[in-house]
Formats: sequence, C-alpha cells, structure tokens
Amino acid sequence: MSDLATSDHYGRTADDGGVSETGTQRQSYLRAGHTLRSWLFTTDHKRIAILYLISITTFFFIGGAAAALMRADLLTPQGDLLSDEGYNRAFTLHGVIMVWFFLIPSIPNTFGNFLIPLMIGARDLAFPRLNLLSWYIYMLGGLFTVYVLITGGVDTGWTFYTPLSSMFSNGNVVIAATAVFVVGFSSILTGLNFIVTVHKLRCPGMTWGRLPLFVWSHYATSIILVLATPVLSITLVLIAAERLFGLGIFDPKLGGDPLLYQHLFWFYSHPAVYIMVLPALGVVSELIAAAAHKPIFGYWFVAGSSIAIAIIGFLVWGHHMFVSGQSMYASAIFSLLSLVVAVPSGIKVYNWTATLYKGHISLDPPFLFAMGFVGLFVVGGLTGLILAMLAIDVHVHDTYFVVAHFHYIMVGGTVSAFFGALHFWWPKMIGRTYSLVWGRISAALIFLGFNLTFFPQFILGYLGMPRRYHSYDPSFQVLHVFSSSGAVILGAAYLLPFAYLFYSMRCGAPAEANPWDARGLEWTVPSPPPRENFETIPVVTRPPYDYPVEREGGDD
Amino acid sequence: MTDRVQLHEPYSDSGQQHEADMMGMSVFLASEIMLFGGLVIAILVIRYLHPAETVEASKSLHLWIGALNTVVLLTSSLLVALGVTAARAASAWWTTRCLFGVAILGLVFLGLKTYEYSLEYADGVLPVLSDPPRFSGSIEHLFMNVYLMATGLHAVHVSIGIALLAGLAWRVGRGGLQLPQETVTIEVSGLYWHLVDVIWVFLYPILYLAR
Repeated sequence: MSDLATSDHYGRTADDGGVSETGTQRQSYLRAGHTLRSWLFTTDHKRIAILYLISITTFFFIGGAAAALMRADLLTPQGDLLSDEGYNRAFTLHGVIMVWFFLIPSIPNTFGNFLIPLMIGARDLAFPRLNLLSWYIYMLGGLFTVYVLITGGVDTGWTFYTPLSSMFSNGNVVIAATAVFVVGFSSILTGLNFIVTVHKLRCPGMTWGRLPLFVWSHYATSIILVLATPVLSITLVLIAAERLFGLGIFDPKLGGDPLLYQHLFWFYSHPAVYIMVLPALGVVSELIAAAAHKPIFGYWFVAGSSIAIAIIGFLVWGHHMFVSGQSMYASAIFSLLSLVVAVPSGIKVYNWTATLYKGHISLDPPFLFAMGFVGLFVVGGLTGLILAMLAIDVHVHDTYFVVAHFHYIMVGGTVSAFFGALHFWWPKMIGRTYSLVWGRISAALIFLGFNLTFFPQFILGYLGMPRRYHSYDPSFQVLHVFSSSGAVILGAAYLLPFAYLFYSMRCGAPAEANPWDARGLEWTVPSPPPRENFETIPVVTRPPYDYPVEREGGDD
Repeated sequence: MTDRVQLHEPYSDSGQQHEADMMGMSVFLASEIMLFGGLVIAILVIRYLHPAETVEASKSLHLWIGALNTVVLLTSSLLVALGVTAARAASAWWTTRCLFGVAILGLVFLGLKTYEYSLEYADGVLPVLSDPPRFSGSIEHLFMNVYLMATGLHAVHVSIGIALLAGLAWRVGRGGLQLPQETVTIEVSGLYWHLVDVIWVFLYPILYLAR
C-alpha cells in the first residue's frame, strides 16, 4: 500500500488512520459514529439500510442452505438424505425464510430505505424512529424463526394451509406463524413510512412527474404492504387461536370452511408476489436508463404500470385455487384478471427495450444483471400466462412447473435485481468501486446457473413431477440431476459477489460521486453520502432521466 | 418530552410535519381496517354459508348490552372531538377532562363487555371457557368462535386506546404536553379512537343485529 504514502486527489493521506479512508468517507454517514451503539440506535435511514442489508443477507444464506439440502436430497429418486418429515421441514423453512425474511424486505428495506430520501431530496424518511423500530421488529420476527429452526422446524409448507396446519401438523406452527405475524408489522411500518415520505418530503421542484421510477415502484409496493399484510396477520392469528384454544374458524367439523383460509391467505400472498417484484422492476428501470444513457421511454407508462400492477394484483388471488372447487365463474374471472395483469408487466418490458434502442450501452455489471432480470422475468411472466389458463392449470397444478414459474419471477427476477441494485449503488453506499470484471462474471454465472437449475423443472412439471415430493419416479432423475448441478453453480455465483464486494470495502478505489454518469439526485451527493444527505435541500428544475438526446441529422 | 415542540429531524416547517403526522396515522388506520376486514369477511362468509343457523346463533347475544355499548362508544368519540377542539384552543383544563372522560367511557365499555362475556359463560356459549359448552349446534359454536375473536380483538384495541388517551390526559394535566403546539399528538390519538369506534359500529350490526 505504498501508493497511499502521499495525499492523492481523493484526499487520502498517510496519516488518515486507515489504509484507505478518504476525505469523503471521513465525513460520511459511515463515520458519523464508531460505536456499536451508534449503529443500533441510529435513526439515519442509510445506516438502517445497512443494518437491513446485513440481516436479510444472513437470512438469504440460511434459506439458501435449506434449498441446498433439498437439491442434494433430490439427486436420487429414493430421497435418501432426508427423512420424509425432514424434507417437509426443509422446504417449509426455505419458503418461510425466503419469502418473509428475504424477498419481501430485500429491495425495499435496503435500497428503498437508503435511496428514497436521497432520490426525492429529503434528509430522512418521514418517521426515522419508526424506521428503526421496523428493523427491531424484523429482528424479533427473525429470532422466532431461528427458534423454530433450532427446535426442529415446521412442516406445513410456507402456505400454512388448513386443516393441516390447524389440526394435524406436529411442528412449531404457532411459533412460525408468530414469526410471520411479527415481521408483518415491520413491513407495514416500512410501507407507511415510504407512503408518507413520498407524499410529504419531496424537495422543491420534485413533482410527481419527476419522481424516479424506483420511487414510483416503491410507492406502489408500499400500498400493497399497508393494505395486504394485515389480512395475513389476522389470518395467522386465527390459525394460532385454533391450535392454541380450539377456537376454530376454518374447522369443517363446526361448519367452518377450510377454503376460507385459502382465500384470506392468497388475498395477501398474491399481492405479496408484487411486493417482491415491483421494487425489482423499479431497480431495473433505473439500471437500464443509466446503462443506455437515454431518457426512459414512456415514463408515464412505466410509472403508471407500477400502480396498475398494485391495483390489479389485489384481484387475482383466486388463480391459486382453480382446482379447489371454487365456482367455475369465479375461476373464469380470476383467469381473465390474471391475464390482464400481464399487460402492465409487458408495458414495462417493451419500454425498457425501447429505452435501450440506439442507446450508448455500457456493458457494466448493473446492466448485465438488468438484462438477466429481463430475460428471466419474461420467461417467468409468460409461463404465468400459461398457468392462468384454466385448462392448462389443471394439468400442471402443484407440479414443478409452478415451482419453476415462481422461481423465475422471485429468484430469477427479484434476486437478480437485488444483485443488480447492489452492484449499481454499492459505490454510492460504501464509497468504493469493485472489480467490474468479477461483477460481469458473477452476473453471467447467476444467469446460467439459474437457468440450469430451474429450466429442467418446467419439463419435470409438465411431465408430471409433483412439488413437495422427495421420492419420485426414476425416470425423472436425469432432469433432477441437471437441476441440482445448476443449483451448485447458482450457489457459488451468489457467494462470489460477497468476496469481491467485501474486498472492495477495504481495497477498492474510492468511488466518484457519479461513477456511472447517471442522472438522479442520489448521484449529486458525495459517495458515501454525508449524514444529513444534502448540505442544502436541492431544487429540481429538470425532468427525470434528462440524458442528452441525439437526433439523426441533428435537431430539426 | 419538550423536544416534541421542536421540529423532527427531516422537517423544515411545522405545517409539513403536521400533515405528515396526520397522514401517517391515516395510513396506519387503513391498515387496521384491513386487519379487521379479514374477520368481517369471515363473519359474512359464515352467515352466507349457514344463514338460518347464524340468525339463530345471533339470538344468544345480549342485544341490549351491545346497544348500550354502542351508545357509550359514540359518546366517547364525541368527547374525543371536544378534547381536540379544546387542545386547539389551548385549554389544558378542558382537554384533560375530555380525554379522561374518554378513558372512563372506554373502561365502562370494557366493563359491560366483561359482564356480557360472563352472561355468555353462564349460558355455556362462550367458546374455550364454557365448560361444559352448551351450544345448540356446531354452527352456533362457529358463530360464537368468530364473535369472541372479533370482539376480543376489538377489546384489545379499546384497551390500547384507553392507555393512550389516559396517558395523554395525564401529560396535558401535568403540563408535559404543550398546547396548542402539540395538538397533533392528541389529534392522531383521537383518530385512532374514532377508528376503534367505527369498527364497533360495523361489528355491532353484523354480529348482534344479524338476528
């Protein structure tokens, strides 16, 4: 590190106390306090975002470990690694942890928390202390989950269907339901905070029409968080009341309706899919505009499609219940509405494509992650249309086809966008740049590993392999081996960024304020940003994404 | 808690802060409505599946206690509104009395509700507790289950509201809450109480008047 002996143009000097601390870093939020206390009692949205980043990444790897166990078990048709019960517990924990402790909070609670105030020119979220409280509630829910994990897990599947969960299951259903109930309040508080922040804390000139699309998609997400999560909460309370006190609401012996549970559950859990994917769509809009160096094509359509997805998303839950015996007319309407929700999703993909057209595209890691997202999202979306068709759904219901479909959206889509966001905003958050070559390699490996893992599952499902079975017909083994070997690549590819990103924290070159030459208020402040974000509250005078527009043959 | 007089961290003017506080509470209340919404749907579905038995089961509820409780809660909401007006007019004396009045009416509500539960217990129709239960049929059992869940959850909300408003009354009385600068604290707590009231206004007809 001899090159640091003298001061360079980033303000690094030999006596700055760290190998690599820059002048900007010394004044940043990262150095606003050095004690553990200054982190655990912070109300700074940026620090809370970092707390979330650490905790959700931990849960991502716990959930991933459960998936690794399942894929290892599925290598042979006999399922000789795990017991039947053990396999049930593995996929339940995988689902519960990945859905509620990783996917739902992933992008909103880290990048949303960090970026929304920066993007709209505010010093913090509307309720900073509530924001910190939501992290503590999340951690409390996490503790319950860890307790469930240690005491042997739960075997109902992440959906907690009655009457299995209320009358027959032997696992820790009540504690698992409590964990999800508790973490739900964390979601509600975050959503509430985002809605009020976007309404009330936009800086002068930041009109609704100038909001970055990332903010629009988080606004739509927050509406779902606030309105759908409480329905899940009360449903879980009813499950717990039935198990603990025999207070059965869904109990068929009393004339209760187990299907009512499914309606209430999916009223939350289908919109929850949009909670997971809408923030990802917002990330990709930012990544694509920045990579193409062009104004986003059809700004209002992309923004409006987020709101449309949020609204229509509330009206499609019945497509999870086509084979449950619900009314055929209801099924037909749910089928139609599920096809309709593809329209705003399609609008986004077309507009991204149009944005890229004739752009000056830089093949940096964020762009590659965004492209991976678009490819996987399109496959996931189109297979969603297949599943929305009543007749085909009967054939592939509860098979690996469904498993592959929602993993394309939730993992291929959301996790790719999560890594894309991490690579795009990492220099802003940490103030360091990482190796672009390794970034490109991991983007490519994630895309390849993902497809090798999940594409065979479409075929498996179509051939009739049911989900949640760990012993299967030997004729399915070849495809399962493909899938498991893909999972090995995918797992390694997910670990890779942590190596070079950690390395960059200490040894990366200091990042400029705007390393990608992108637009948006977050790129006007130093990297990493100072504690108060903006020295003076900015005034916005220009439209969003005002990249220079070239016209053929000059302006005419 | 004199720091509340100052602006919170991200705000630069008090009007903006006031609007944000009010909006935050409204969004929270929207979420509360959805929480009860799940239960209301459960009640309506049970009524739809078993109309005749539900009407019969509803008759085992004590209509007049429920009606009296409705009057108690509506009156308390009036007091909250008066309390907020008094707070805006910087009258600590009236604000304290109004808010204490609300807390007392809340306790009256809970007292009546407990009395009602005890009558149902004596009739043998209070789920979980009644031993041996004397339900006329499984649908009555189901109906009483959902009744206990809904009114129990509502009672929890009433209790939180009592603690909240009694605490505020105490702080106003001791001069710990500056009026009228901190009226917004009373306003948002009052909104919460109004919601608790409104929820009852919906629970009462679908449970008691379903007969």
